[in-house]
Amino acid sequence: MAEFGNPEVVEEEVDILLIGGGMACCGAAYEIGPWVQAAGGDIKVKLVDKAAMDRSGAVAQGLSAINTYIGPEQDPADYARMVSNDLMGITRDDLAYDLGRHVDESVHLFEEWGLPIWKTDENGERHDGSRGMTPLKDGGKPVRSGKWQIMINGESYKWIVAEAAKKALGMDNIQERIFIVKLVNDKNDSNRIAGAVGFSVRDHKLFVFKAKAILLAAGGCVNIFRPRSVGEGQGRAWYPVWNVGSTYAMAAEAGAEMTMMENRFVPTRFKDGYGPVGAWFLLFKSKATNALGEAYMVRNKEMLDDYPPYGQAAVPASCLRNHLMIKEMKEGRGPIWMDTVSALAALRETLSPREVKHLEAEAWEDFLDMCIGQCGIWAGENIEPEKKNSELMPTEPYLLGSHSGCCGIWTSGPEDVGAPTDEAMDGVPEHLTKGWNWGYRGMTTVSGLFTAGDGVGASGHKFSSGSHAEGRMAAKAMVKYVMDNKDYSPELDTDVDTLIEEIYRPVRNYLEHKDYTTAIDINPNYITPRMLQFRLQKVMDEYVAGVATYYTTNEHMLALAEQKLEMLKEDALKMRAKDLHELLRAWENYHRILTAEAHMKHIQFREESRYPGFYYRMDKNFVDEENWKCFVNSIYDKESKTYKCFKRAHVDLVDKSKLFK
Amino acid sequence: MPTFVRTEKCDGCKGQDRTACMYICPHDLMKLDKDGSETGHAMKSYNQEPDQCWECYSCIKICPQQAIEARPYADIVPLGASVQPLRGTDSIMWTIKFRNGTMKRFKFPIRTTPEGSIDPYGGKPAADMAKINEPGFFVQVNGYRAGDPSELIRK
Repeated sequence: MAEFGNPEVVEEEVDILLIGGGMACCGAAYEIGPWVQAAGGDIKVKLVDKAAMDRSGAVAQGLSAINTYIGPEQDPADYARMVSNDLMGITRDDLAYDLGRHVDESVHLFEEWGLPIWKTDENGERHDGSRGMTPLKDGGKPVRSGKWQIMINGESYKWIVAEAAKKALGMDNIQERIFIVKLVNDKNDSNRIAGAVGFSVRDHKLFVFKAKAILLAAGGCVNIFRPRSVGEGQGRAWYPVWNVGSTYAMAAEAGAEMTMMENRFVPTRFKDGYGPVGAWFLLFKSKATNALGEAYMVRNKEMLDDYPPYGQAAVPASCLRNHLMIKEMKEGRGPIWMDTVSALAALRETLSPREVKHLEAEAWEDFLDMCIGQCGIWAGENIEPEKKNSELMPTEPYLLGSHSGCCGIWTSGPEDVGAPTDEAMDGVPEHLTKGWNWGYRGMTTVSGLFTAGDGVGASGHKFSSGSHAEGRMAAKAMVKYVMDNKDYSPELDTDVDTLIEEIYRPVRNYLEHKDYTTAIDINPNYITPRMLQFRLQKVMDEYVAGVATYYTTNEHMLALAEQKLEMLKEDALKMRAKDLHELLRAWENYHRILTAEAHMKHIQFREESRYPGFYYRMDKNFVDEENWKCFVNSIYDKESKTYKCFKRAHVDLVDKSKLFK
Repeated sequence: MPTFVRTEKCDGCKGQDRTACMYICPHDLMKLDKDGSETGHAMKSYNQEPDQCWECYSCIKICPQQAIEARPYADIVPLGASVQPLRGTDSIMWTIKFRNGTMKRFKFPIRTTPEGSIDPYGGKPAADMAKINEPGFFVQVNGYRAGDPSELIRK
């Protein structure tokens, strides 16, 4: 009988393994069935999620908007231009363009499945999504809260999308509460994927999967930096606290080429609760000011000219908007306010009492759908937005590839949009692919390993709908890959016993040493995952441009961070796990360390400050278009346990000058 | 705003091995204390790691006994407020109580179709293998945006 310390080992072989249960894997689970059928039906697919699909991933809590909906009136090229400028010019137009032409397909399915989408009637009045108005696919008009965003009643967004995914794939092919912690390469080809290993967080079972193709879509990375709240409130991260860098760490260890890992996102949000600001800025037309009531985007406007052309678009890059705000904070003109009072007063002037009541509900729903904690703060501090303004604050840094960030994995793009097929820059390791596509959409540089959502780097702004669509694109390509590789039989490069020992090391550490001291958490032979995480957060915060230094660092601080992270990584082997829950935390924090290390190494390599407002290398405090308008990519060497960074050339596939006309 | 379980309301999901809150929590925080050795309350669940709680309210919304509530983060928020939902099949009701006693109530739709009614491939075509190398999905629902070809400047 399996018990703690003596787990059962389950070995299983499938054709396609989907790791994750968020929007991307739900998209893959939906799209893959018909292609498997068309291919003859003889392809076994399995999905494993470390949580429950109804509420897993970044959309677990719900959302109040779908942030990417192109609509019939805009062109995918417009979308690719926006993505590029917001991320300071260095994105893959092929990936953004491809996403732009596909994404609305997923949105239309969400509405068909039951997601309520707000509509605008012929008089311009807004209605919530329960009114049975014309669906988007038949020409219904959404409520735009920005050029690309549409409003929804999204409390059950993930629940609905998961229902479709679960039914499509079948619960026989889905296992929840399985945490995959490591990918395994092929014995005969180190640049090919052969399987994955993990464990159940419910039963004493370890899993060894073999697969021909794997979709790794397990989210971005949260809490590698010391958060602004260090007590109970540390769970109130802006992005979900269960996104721990698993996608990046496992891909890197498997040899996949990473891209733009220096990029980060530092969202400006309502202070402490991290409630969304998009609807306040764009729908309610609210202004952000310094303590003196001055709009910092106006007061500091000329600072945008320091970063041509990215500051000069109609909507300047997100990081630059932070840059202008941080100046106010550093020079002592904080706090920063969101002027909700004036905004709502202005709106009330033109509205009927019924509409005013609706407006108040809209303002609260914006939080209740996706960030309930912010309502707790408003209620606790007696804040009614029509009577009292709220503070804004830039958060601790986050790493992600689906929201307003572009770190992730270097991924094969579409072949029909004019992307380069060769590499113009020297220094790219010989074994890697050339150009931006190599046969299978969404495949990484490791044969058979695919990614989507937060995993796909050098793009961004795909959000929930785009991640779903990207998962669908990958699913289709994976079926093609499996058909093209019918005769391939995966063989793991590491024997099962060794893999088992590695996964289970934290439990062994605990059982071997637990009786050495009388206090379970203080023991020189092991470290708790919790303390290891604090150590990581301290290093990143103080040396790698966290909030402690107002997002500044330099080569000397980075060198120290490198030393400290190296020892931290060594000590990660001494993490303990006193139960399955702590084994989950141990591996999550190992993934965080590898992700953090990539971030640090990329910042060190890129000798400029590409994202002012997100981070500053004070020794290279400029944007250097001549030398650094290129991708910074990297490869992790499993043997030496180090990242090696190199450049790849950037080219535009759509004309960016249109942004500035 | 870590969640907490009301002792008098939680029934441990009637002695099943796993409670609804354990099933749903995305961060594996809810735990059933079977013998009471961890909390002093046998066969009731609790939040085992409150400072990792994202306040996603998944456990609160799913609890069949409405036994779970949230207490705003003690290191941030003044005492006295509460935000409590009641999630139905097609809508959710929220009751917000301010520290100063102000109350607000809201009701929002959550879905337009009955739960469990999604027929994922109903009325949808089979995939066409001849198109596996082309852009687009197996089904098109009027959302594919082909784009103006002249925008692609390197093609």
